[in-house]
Amino acid sequence: MAKITMTVNGRQVAGTCDDRTLLVHFIRENLGLTGTHVGCDTTQCGTCVILMDGQSVKSCSILAAQAEGSAITTIEGLAQQGELHPVQAAFNAHHGLQCGFCTPGMVMTAVDMIRRHGGNLDEGRVRAELEGNICRCTGYHNIVKAILAAAAAMGGARQAAE
Amino acid sequence: MYETNYHRASSIDEALKLMGSSAEGKYLSGGMTLIPTMKQRLAAPSDLIDLRHIAEMKGIAVDGRTVTIGAASTHEEVATSDRVKAVCPALCALASHIGDPHVRHMGTVGGSVANNDPAADYPAAILALDAMVVTDRREIKAGDFFTGLFETALSDGEIIIAIRFEAPERASYQKFANPASRYAMTGVFVARRDAGDVRVAVTGAGSNGVFRHAGLESALAGNWSPDAVTNVMVDPSDLLSDLHATAPYRANLIKVMARRAVAAA
Repeated sequence: MAKITMTVNGRQVAGTCDDRTLLVHFIRENLGLTGTHVGCDTTQCGTCVILMDGQSVKSCSILAAQAEGSAITTIEGLAQQGELHPVQAAFNAHHGLQCGFCTPGMVMTAVDMIRRHGGNLDEGRVRAELEGNICRCTGYHNIVKAILAAAAAMGGARQAAE
Repeated sequence: MYETNYHRASSIDEALKLMGSSAEGKYLSGGMTLIPTMKQRLAAPSDLIDLRHIAEMKGIAVDGRTVTIGAASTHEEVATSDRVKAVCPALCALASHIGDPHVRHMGTVGGSVANNDPAADYPAAILALDAMVVTDRREIKAGDFFTGLFETALSDGEIIIAIRFEAPERASYQKFANPASRYAMTGVFVARRDAGDVRVAVTGAGSNGVFRHAGLESALAGNWSPDAVTNVMVDPSDLLSDLHATAPYRANLIKVMARRAVAAA
């Protein structure tokens, strides 16, 4: 058995699981954070994307034991004091979802994408960056719009803060 | 996934010891091939020895035109390394097109090279750049390293620590990606050191894995231009045929990708 301690959404957590337990199952079943989804069994769909030490990763393809000691952010950790994260707000405003199953992964991917590219995002780049996330409702148009709007809003917020 | 025992190594020595005391252990780097393979129950190592936290395997150094990339460097770290970009931008571009952003945050150079997937991108670069594969016990020339599909010259328990190469004068990697998996259906890395020294390595197409193409190399050594590729014969008999592409189709792709690579280099 593996003893796991990590920081999840700013909170120190600990648990025990099999060495073979995937991080996504540790997050969902041990921690009860079911916002992170499992949409495939083949590492292709991206619904399980979370941030590990600040970078987007597929939690279905990492063992919980590999993530021991890391800082994790899941979809539940984005909103602060009841205020939606700007990416969540943009997905809401632009209806960047249909059935909603892929949405947690899309939102976490967007947060990472904006972190890396900031104001340099355009439609082509957003679409290329969504390579690892599948929406089976095929609702990509509004997802792309929402990400571009969030990037603009967050760029504006950064400028206002400077 | 079958049961396994996870170990985190903090040094090369510790990793070697852990491997030595395991029944059927496997080294785990980013895990972007190994973990999905284990999920499918296509691999069942008794022990996993995690190499991702070994300081000796991290970091990218550029000294003049000598580039040394720690085996535990992620694809993202290579793709965004300004120091590598300054001397060999083709390698950064290659790394930036592996998998997707999430895979690039975990997957490592060492893992990719050790796995030697016949459709992986890095083996083409290693071969065309005439790189040296540095392990815990020796240095292996790229030309001796890749020995077949998923086969390398690594001995049992041997660990890749770094990849080292001299940056060429010009280089480019062009791949025709499978639209679904983004693996190379054919990828060609060209590297030119001076007029007489051109290497062309092909991935995704060979039935025995990555290979150099002598015909393309001599044509480009004599005339470094996209048009030099036109009259080169690419024999389809040693190429892969599968549901994605037939061997003759891949033979044509090799020429098309080589032409694009020379134009872009």
